[in-house]
Amino acid sequence: MSADLRRATAAQLRAGYCSGEFTPVEAVDALLTAIQREDTALGAWLHLRGDEVRREAAAAEVTYAAARASGAAALDALPPLFGVPVALKDLVNMIGTPTTAGSKILEGYVSPYDATIAAKLKAAGALILGKTNMDEFAMGSSTEFSAYKRTVNPWDRERVPGGSSGGSASAVAALHAPLSIGSDTGGSIRQPASLTGITGMKPTYGRVSRYGIVAFASSLDQIGPFARSAQDAALLLHAIAGSDPRDATSSATPVDAALLKLPQGDQAASALKGKRFALPKEYFVAGMEPGVEAAVRAAVAALQSAGAIIDEVSLPTTEHALATYYIVAPAEASANLARYDGIRYGASKHGGGDLLDGYLATRGRGFGPEVRRRIMLGTYALSAGFYDAYYLKAQKVRTLIARDFDRIWVAGYDAIVAPASPSVAWKFGAKMSDPVAMYLADACTIPTNMAGLPGLSTPCGLSEGLPVGLQLIGAPWSEAGLLSIAAGYEALSANASWRDQDPTDLAALGGAA
Amino acid sequence: MSWEAVIGIEIHVQLRTATKMFCPCAIPAEGDAPNTRTCPTCLGLPGALPVPNRTAIEKVLAVGAAIGAKSPATTRWDRKNYFYPDLPKGYQISQLDLPLAEHGSIPVTTSAGAGSVRIRRAHLEEDTARLRHEKGADGTRASLIDYNRSGVALLEIVTEPDIRDGETARRYAEELRLLLRTIGAADAEMENGQMRVEANISLRPSSEAPFGLRVEVKNMNSFRSVERAIAYEMARQAEVLDAGGAITQETRGWDEGSETTYTMRAKEDSHDYRYFPEPDLPPLDIDPAWLAAIVAGLPELPGTRRARYVSELGLTEYDASVLVAEPRAAALFEAARAAQKELDAKLLANWVSGEYLRVAKEGAADPDPVQFAALVAAVASKEINGTTAKALFAEMITTPLNIREVIASRGLGQISDTGALEKIIADVIAANPQAIADWKAGKQQAVSFLVGQAMKASKGRGDAALLGELIRAALDR
Repeated sequence: MSADLRRATAAQLRAGYCSGEFTPVEAVDALLTAIQREDTALGAWLHLRGDEVRREAAAAEVTYAAARASGAAALDALPPLFGVPVALKDLVNMIGTPTTAGSKILEGYVSPYDATIAAKLKAAGALILGKTNMDEFAMGSSTEFSAYKRTVNPWDRERVPGGSSGGSASAVAALHAPLSIGSDTGGSIRQPASLTGITGMKPTYGRVSRYGIVAFASSLDQIGPFARSAQDAALLLHAIAGSDPRDATSSATPVDAALLKLPQGDQAASALKGKRFALPKEYFVAGMEPGVEAAVRAAVAALQSAGAIIDEVSLPTTEHALATYYIVAPAEASANLARYDGIRYGASKHGGGDLLDGYLATRGRGFGPEVRRRIMLGTYALSAGFYDAYYLKAQKVRTLIARDFDRIWVAGYDAIVAPASPSVAWKFGAKMSDPVAMYLADACTIPTNMAGLPGLSTPCGLSEGLPVGLQLIGAPWSEAGLLSIAAGYEALSANASWRDQDPTDLAALGGAA
Repeated sequence: MSWEAVIGIEIHVQLRTATKMFCPCAIPAEGDAPNTRTCPTCLGLPGALPVPNRTAIEKVLAVGAAIGAKSPATTRWDRKNYFYPDLPKGYQISQLDLPLAEHGSIPVTTSAGAGSVRIRRAHLEEDTARLRHEKGADGTRASLIDYNRSGVALLEIVTEPDIRDGETARRYAEELRLLLRTIGAADAEMENGQMRVEANISLRPSSEAPFGLRVEVKNMNSFRSVERAIAYEMARQAEVLDAGGAITQETRGWDEGSETTYTMRAKEDSHDYRYFPEPDLPPLDIDPAWLAAIVAGLPELPGTRRARYVSELGLTEYDASVLVAEPRAAALFEAARAAQKELDAKLLANWVSGEYLRVAKEGAADPDPVQFAALVAAVASKEINGTTAKALFAEMITTPLNIREVIASRGLGQISDTGALEKIIADVIAANPQAIADWKAGKQQAVSFLVGQAMKASKGRGDAALLGELIRAALDR
């Protein structure tokens, strides 16, 4: 049973708990056993709540037993994720757990407070397994910039899982958790979801509270779910979404109840009929791997045969998004990361001299190379005499990018379909010496963040044996619609051979322990 | 050579709010243990976010309305970036180019007459933590940080360089404080650091000449030191310039003991604060209806009130300004007038600025305005005399009194009956032959002595003026 429980989706776990077929303790044990055996090789986890989550699972089990005894109404009253294990990217504060954001500068830091989403997940009865690896401060596209460990892609141990939420993506792909939380500033959920063959969604900016999420770039950061199905992603999004009095940028738009009853199977597939999808030609950029393009175009063709209407469109500002992003995001980061001064918390080094020596020693040694690079980029862009040419100009371009997308929604399209990443997972080190090559890995996902729109990546096949993701981008607050389309595509491709395939190196992970 | 001073004043005032500017922490009180009024937001913990305090925004909009300033249709917040241990986030949330209020003015009357100081801008920002440098038990030096003050809402209000002397600067600061207290925006106690005044001072040879290099003066902890520090700095700069020297652009501190300014910081490389719009806070639309409600809620402002007291009530400028200078006094005056509409305003003003302000400054509670009015009315009608009235006033600020009942039940009514007083006077004259002898020897004080004796004999109820008259008449006989 334990092997099956690793594979179970959140929805299946819930059903099993309700029927009494298995219990939260069994599910948690199955996952912890797998993690114990395989994480030395996988490297997805930075912190495990082993004993704590077992205790919480036992308590959840008692609640389920009582609810089963009182009947269906009592079971229905339990939130959908009650007793369901979830992993948190290591930038989500949770009382009593270490939060490092993948950085040495936060080594030893234990959160004294809960992020709003941590509190929501606890209140919904989700079981927090632990914290997952990430690029330092979410800056990176391969998780290689973690100050702690290398996370491998379960499809190929020689390859990156993508990033920055590589730990959360690999954990779900390697069946270490049914669900995990990621953050997406320029593609950090969708790109690793694509590279590890799972579903990942970046919601509309303001959909999920950022309170308690270690900030990278405040106007772009958004928290979202990883899962192995659209339905599961919808359940997790529903649990964390909503306005928050502690986040002034969170939206009062009501959370879509449709997330709880996403269409499934044939119903989802037939709902694709008549849907209108825009296929932006700028997303099939030079340098895109032919295998990726082929898989994405095949998925688009499948949507078309299911009755969807596909139009090629142009989003002319796409080519400026990357450059603009690398002004705005580092600028915000340069201020957001100023608080890591070694004075109140985290690593603190003193140069033996004055205050400035302390700052230089703490920050010079505490931050890794990519973080230092972006702080310098951002500081430069905001400096007197450069502000107008860089930051202000970037903000104007950002407005134009948003207008490009607006035209698509005004024209009545239900979603944009595009690749989530121009390539499949690459080998470790391939892009470490060339920052721009690494930045280009997010070319397909960044425009969405610049416009604040929701987007997801859903698996659409393999290229050279490695996963490819189909990206769906929607109008603001269209998360349920996008996930319904993803559920429809899942149904269409249910019989594809790659659907049944385990990550190639999954079996080998245990052997390395 | 004669020089013209060009002075601009920048004032930071702690707003009167229940909680901090961007978090739900309570405002620290005197005596709070260090770092007990803090939360993830005002400590700058990873992941914490700011949420603006609506009351603080309303108070600054009210200040703007009170000084005739304009408020933008939309405002926003900006990050001001710099590293210092008292700044937990490494940036301060402030307002750069869309302040909550711009282009106002404050009327300021000095010994030279009535005038005004133009206000360039007023905006909201958050306070820093407080640093304390101490020597530990082992003799090592340590810098301690108390974050209680971190994130407290501050109003920053900046004048145009309209001020030419220390007196005007002082009067401006006093008038601003009064305005803030009157509209309830701030307590602005300078001695508690709730109001911090900085002056930018430069000299130029004539009012047509371009501005000279300016010196910023800080650490002026009272209105008096504002005036003196500016006067000192003007003289110091004139001396340097007269001697053919040049002014260095720098920040100087006022030393209260020696009454001089000293160099705090030579001009650093001009700071690049790398301001940019705060991405954690959406722009704030200032709804005209919201602003209108704030304007409608403004009380009568000090300048208007002073003018009304002079023109409508016939008070002198001086009496009017004494009353208005203390909002509690003005409030008592207004409430007492409302209770006794016929009451002589001048007499009431004297009682408020005399007896009331004297005890109020000692920390006494405010008297019930209705009873206070009844007391002054009894004085006005000569029903009780001044001695009795003062005794009753002293009693009523500690114990609730019904003045009418007390006068009747204790028989405190003033004796103005000539027959009764003459009987007392006859006894007093008979009992004090020495005083009579003194008077005959030309000592006028003897009359006062006899009045005092007669007042004593009347148990304090005699009409003092009438007693004096009657005693003089008796002595003349």
